[in-house]
Amino acid sequence: MNRLQKLFDTKQGDILNIYAPAGYPKLEDTMSIITELDRLGVDIIELGMPYSDPMADGKTIQDSSQIALENGMNLDVLFQQLSTLRENTQVPVVLMGYFNQLVQYGLERFLDSCVKVGVDGLILPDLPMEIYSNQFQALFEERDLSMSFLVTPETSDARCQTAAQLSTGFLYVVSSSSITGKSGNLGEDQISYFEKIQSLLPDTNKLIGFGIHDQASYENACEYANGAIIGSAFIRALTGDKELSSNIEEFITSIRP
Amino acid sequence: MTYNINQKGFYGQFGGAYIPEMLYSNIARLKDSYLEITSKASFKQKFHALLKDYVGRPSPLYFAERLSEKYECQIYLKREDLNHTGAHKINNTIGQILLARELGKTRIIAETGAGQHGVATATVCALMDMECIVYMGSVDIVRQAANVSRMRMLGAEVRPAESGSKTLKDATNEAIRDWIDNPVETHYIIGSVVGPHPYPDMVARFQSVISEEIRIQLKEKIGRENPDYIIACVGGGSNAAGAIYHYLDQSDVKFVFAEAAGLGVETGHSAATSILGKPGIIHGANTLLMQDKYGQIIEPYSISAGLDYPGIGPMLANLIHSARATVEAITDQQAMDAAFSLARTEGIIPALETAHAFAVLERKKFLPEDVVVINLSGRGDKDLPTYIKADLAS
Repeated sequence: MNRLQKLFDTKQGDILNIYAPAGYPKLEDTMSIITELDRLGVDIIELGMPYSDPMADGKTIQDSSQIALENGMNLDVLFQQLSTLRENTQVPVVLMGYFNQLVQYGLERFLDSCVKVGVDGLILPDLPMEIYSNQFQALFEERDLSMSFLVTPETSDARCQTAAQLSTGFLYVVSSSSITGKSGNLGEDQISYFEKIQSLLPDTNKLIGFGIHDQASYENACEYANGAIIGSAFIRALTGDKELSSNIEEFITSIRP
Repeated sequence: MTYNINQKGFYGQFGGAYIPEMLYSNIARLKDSYLEITSKASFKQKFHALLKDYVGRPSPLYFAERLSEKYECQIYLKREDLNHTGAHKINNTIGQILLARELGKTRIIAETGAGQHGVATATVCALMDMECIVYMGSVDIVRQAANVSRMRMLGAEVRPAESGSKTLKDATNEAIRDWIDNPVETHYIIGSVVGPHPYPDMVARFQSVISEEIRIQLKEKIGRENPDYIIACVGGGSNAAGAIYHYLDQSDVKFVFAEAAGLGVETGHSAATSILGKPGIIHGANTLLMQDKYGQIIEPYSISAGLDYPGIGPMLANLIHSARATVEAITDQQAMDAAFSLARTEGIIPALETAHAFAVLERKKFLPEDVVVINLSGRGDKDLPTYIKADLAS
């Protein structure tokens, strides 16, 4: 059992997952952000592997990815930076990126590197469930690496079931069929969608993501799932006017006072 | 052995649908219905009626006598430049807008490089009274200004893509994002044989009217359906796919694709995907892709906005990979020279993209009896500012 699964075994609600792009705002910030988030009680850290063409992400993540790439971030640098991860923290860490990055790095080599540095799971939005279950599932399972698949309001009930079954970390419930970074409040459609997912998959660990940006939207999401994922709003906070650690602390305490 | 698509949406190892869940329902619906809808008699009737009376098909297959003399072979030009809106792109947009209506969609989005696909999309949206938003790299908006004005006059909204190289790849990213944002009412008209399955096959089928006509026209003119060579320029590859479609499995017909070498294949300013690329995933398809060792997509360069793409349609990637087709990398300068040469030899000003195909004639030696069909995919009106600049400089 990896750290992610242990977390859900001991904690069923109010889980805060923060997304941060690796190597942003500065190349060497990756580990400081992780340890700071851990210190502030964040439950899961989702590290973005910066990609040139992140088609499932919005402008905030695309722009920060671009800067991270210009800073010199790549998978070799990332695994080097994470080599001291488990000397510093036991917080579950999930990597999020695009399938082509793994293919070019070498899929098994990538997964082995994840195990070596103590990464617990992966989110690969452009790897469809069918291709994963037909070709790659065993490679993840034999390394005890969790996978998380996404569901959206457009996902059929049967497909939601499959996604839940294949998701060994948590199910990523996309709050609306929209790109990351939009920040509207929950509408009636959203709520009935969350309720549908809840009644369809009562026993699945679920985190709601996309559009969660403040205390109110976080708490709203926590009512319908085990917790929530915050990405774009956190990225914007990172480059606030104070020092990095103060910017992080200010943001996290604004979400969970 | 066939070079056509298989049941799972692959051409050999290339193709597939590597898409985020946010696109799944739309792509799945398209995949499950495109063959059924497009094979209905009522659909075919509407499609062919519009191609005939609105687009002006069949486009002529013209025996280019002076060009044939110059290059000592039998050269036929498939005149897609004479279509309404000036390029082959409209064959596909007519098909897709009819499909979008069948699917009950009310809003159309598209990406465009040279603006030809954007104009063709804006045109059919005007014709069908549908909302139209075209994403275009901000670099391309400047270098293809005439087409931007045409799209706006036709009632489309042109939205600049400001990320990355600010060209076709980035416009495609923005269009995909729009679709993720607006999954219910919107259909995305992809302009080339790229993207997730079923797009490459669907677009190739709509464009296959080109090779269907070549067969009939060649038979009439020379008594046989098959030429010895078909030459076409390739960015994403839709005009090439259309010109070769009915000849895919006819091994006596050789395919030559002209890719944009930009300033030169080795200069770092190139879009010669099949030479510089290796298998990777872009816009939902596994194909040949210009990328670094970490899978980061390399920004391409070509003087021609329509060939400025770091990938290539999976059908063409497979043809090249399996040596069914050969590729010639044509530099900006060679394409310019070919454009001026065609203008003065045949009185035809080609699009800059198409000019790359004509530059192959300088490169390859043909036998006097060889029948060579060049797909004249578009006309050069949109490129006049570039041509005038080059003419003044020389």
